[in-house]
Amino acid sequence: MLYNEPSPLEVKLLTRRFGLPNSASLDTYLATDGFKAFFKAMEMTPEQIIEEVKVSALRGRGGAGFPTGLKWSFVPRTSPKPKYVIINADESEPGTCKDRLLMENDPHQLIEGILIGGRAVDAHKGYIYIRGEYRYLIQAMDRAIEEAYTRGYLGKNIQGTGFDFDLYTHSGAGAYECGEETALLDSIEGKRGIPRMKPPFPAVVGAWQSPTLLSNVETFSAVPAIIRDGGAAFAALGPPKNGGTRLICLSGHVNKPGVYELPVGFNLLRMIYEVGGGMRNGKKLKAVVPGGSSCPILRAEECDISMDFDTLAKVKSMLGSGGTVILDEDTCMVRFALRIMKFYAHESCGWCIPCREGTTWLKKMLQRFHEGMGQKSDIPLIGELSKNMLGRTFCALGDAAAMPTISIVEKFPEDFEAHLNGRPCPFAHATEPAFA
Amino acid sequence: MTFSPELEARFAKMVEIYPPGRTRSAIVPMLLYAQDEVGHISKELIEEVARRCKVTPLQVDETVGYYSMLHRKPLGKYHVQVCTNISCLLVGGEELYDHASKTLGIGNKEVTADGQFSLEEVECMGACSWAPAVQVNYDFHHQVTAEKLDTLMAELRKAQ
Repeated sequence: MLYNEPSPLEVKLLTRRFGLPNSASLDTYLATDGFKAFFKAMEMTPEQIIEEVKVSALRGRGGAGFPTGLKWSFVPRTSPKPKYVIINADESEPGTCKDRLLMENDPHQLIEGILIGGRAVDAHKGYIYIRGEYRYLIQAMDRAIEEAYTRGYLGKNIQGTGFDFDLYTHSGAGAYECGEETALLDSIEGKRGIPRMKPPFPAVVGAWQSPTLLSNVETFSAVPAIIRDGGAAFAALGPPKNGGTRLICLSGHVNKPGVYELPVGFNLLRMIYEVGGGMRNGKKLKAVVPGGSSCPILRAEECDISMDFDTLAKVKSMLGSGGTVILDEDTCMVRFALRIMKFYAHESCGWCIPCREGTTWLKKMLQRFHEGMGQKSDIPLIGELSKNMLGRTFCALGDAAAMPTISIVEKFPEDFEAHLNGRPCPFAHATEPAFA
Repeated sequence: MTFSPELEARFAKMVEIYPPGRTRSAIVPMLLYAQDEVGHISKELIEEVARRCKVTPLQVDETVGYYSMLHRKPLGKYHVQVCTNISCLLVGGEELYDHASKTLGIGNKEVTADGQFSLEEVECMGACSWAPAVQVNYDFHHQVTAEKLDTLMAELRKAQ
């Protein structure tokens, strides 16, 4: 099912089957180039597959944006240990709702991508780690997997190629931290989702102490198109080193929020005004969270920008997971920063002290500030406390809490100053009513 | 403990799918599916899952405390989860939560006296582009207004 109208500006590659009748069925998949890439990959050597992925300039869609081909090449294919493929479907980054659609509308595309990944690293077992809240998707994936088994696209000697692969779903139970790859591995082993020290990286020592290929749903879903049409064609869709398309999850104060597949490097202002139908109620743009709550925020005047990994890195932000949140002029940035910090304080696993203590302290400070009890000296202190979390934790959750906070304090000091001296929140009455 | 035949079949498969000797991996999904059937995570359930996954009850117990969907106390028949994270916040998620709280007469993680409803303010549930979002048990509801929520709860009351 689709939850919003598509936009004519979309470039439909991963979402090309969305909206077709029975798009989730194997028959529809096979009728629309399905499993062509798999058969092609079976004729290729693992090195050729990895090279093709490298050429495609595909970068991890979970948030970090690490080159996928390079990641695949790190898995020691000749290791005597069993190798595993793990698919991160723990989609929890605030602002992100794309993997849902890929699993619901085109599960076989994901399965095909997983099989090609398995072939590239000589793995024969895969696990899709799906967040517990997505129960209907666990059911949808289980149905697709069963169909693939019945028709010989999973299991022993797939379609006579001699390649074996077993695929299973695994349910999470509510933990943002488990989207972090090493915490996910602990979680799938039946433990609390605590991040691991890196190195060794999961490619070498991952699930059950074995080499593991771990990537996001959208990353795996892009693989069939890359192998089928060639890496160069995928790379050509975006700027250099930023291949392909992104499923951009547009939310917040736009007229047409929704998930849209756009080439990497699409201009952010066009995203808001052309794809998203402009600002709601004709309000002025105030800020944008470009790729999920962990990303440093952009002020309106910074938004005439190409949405690719490298350009956003240049302005000290990130493309992240593609969760683009649009804020209008009536948004209280203190309240917004508080809500972000409340989230990270709730989700911090508690393993590293700077994150565990830092997020809670910052939440309390921002709460106090929003209630008008802040002091001028708190403004730099919020930034300073955040900076003390940066780089001092096992995983990136500490950084993810610090980065947006630092950027909000630095870019919107006027919002903080407006709350000083016991003044009530100047935006208190400007809150939008619930979606009409 | 005994479970329904469907759940027993699921559990039998669950302990098989992981590599040999790694039945501990089944703990989290087993707890969640069992909770759906029996209502909450009791001491008895923890011991049962430990036995099936061949680990100590303590190893199961420590995971329960970590995952926010695992509950040690019974929830309402309908667990209303309102998201107030950023995308929902911008389009009235907090106001929607307040409305639900007032209507049901309960606070966060509380259950109504008749045991029909429980309420929880939850973190991002992956419905950002169709915010504000509410989940009742496992069912998603998108672009929810106070009126839509009232209608939904009235329907659930009737369905009892």
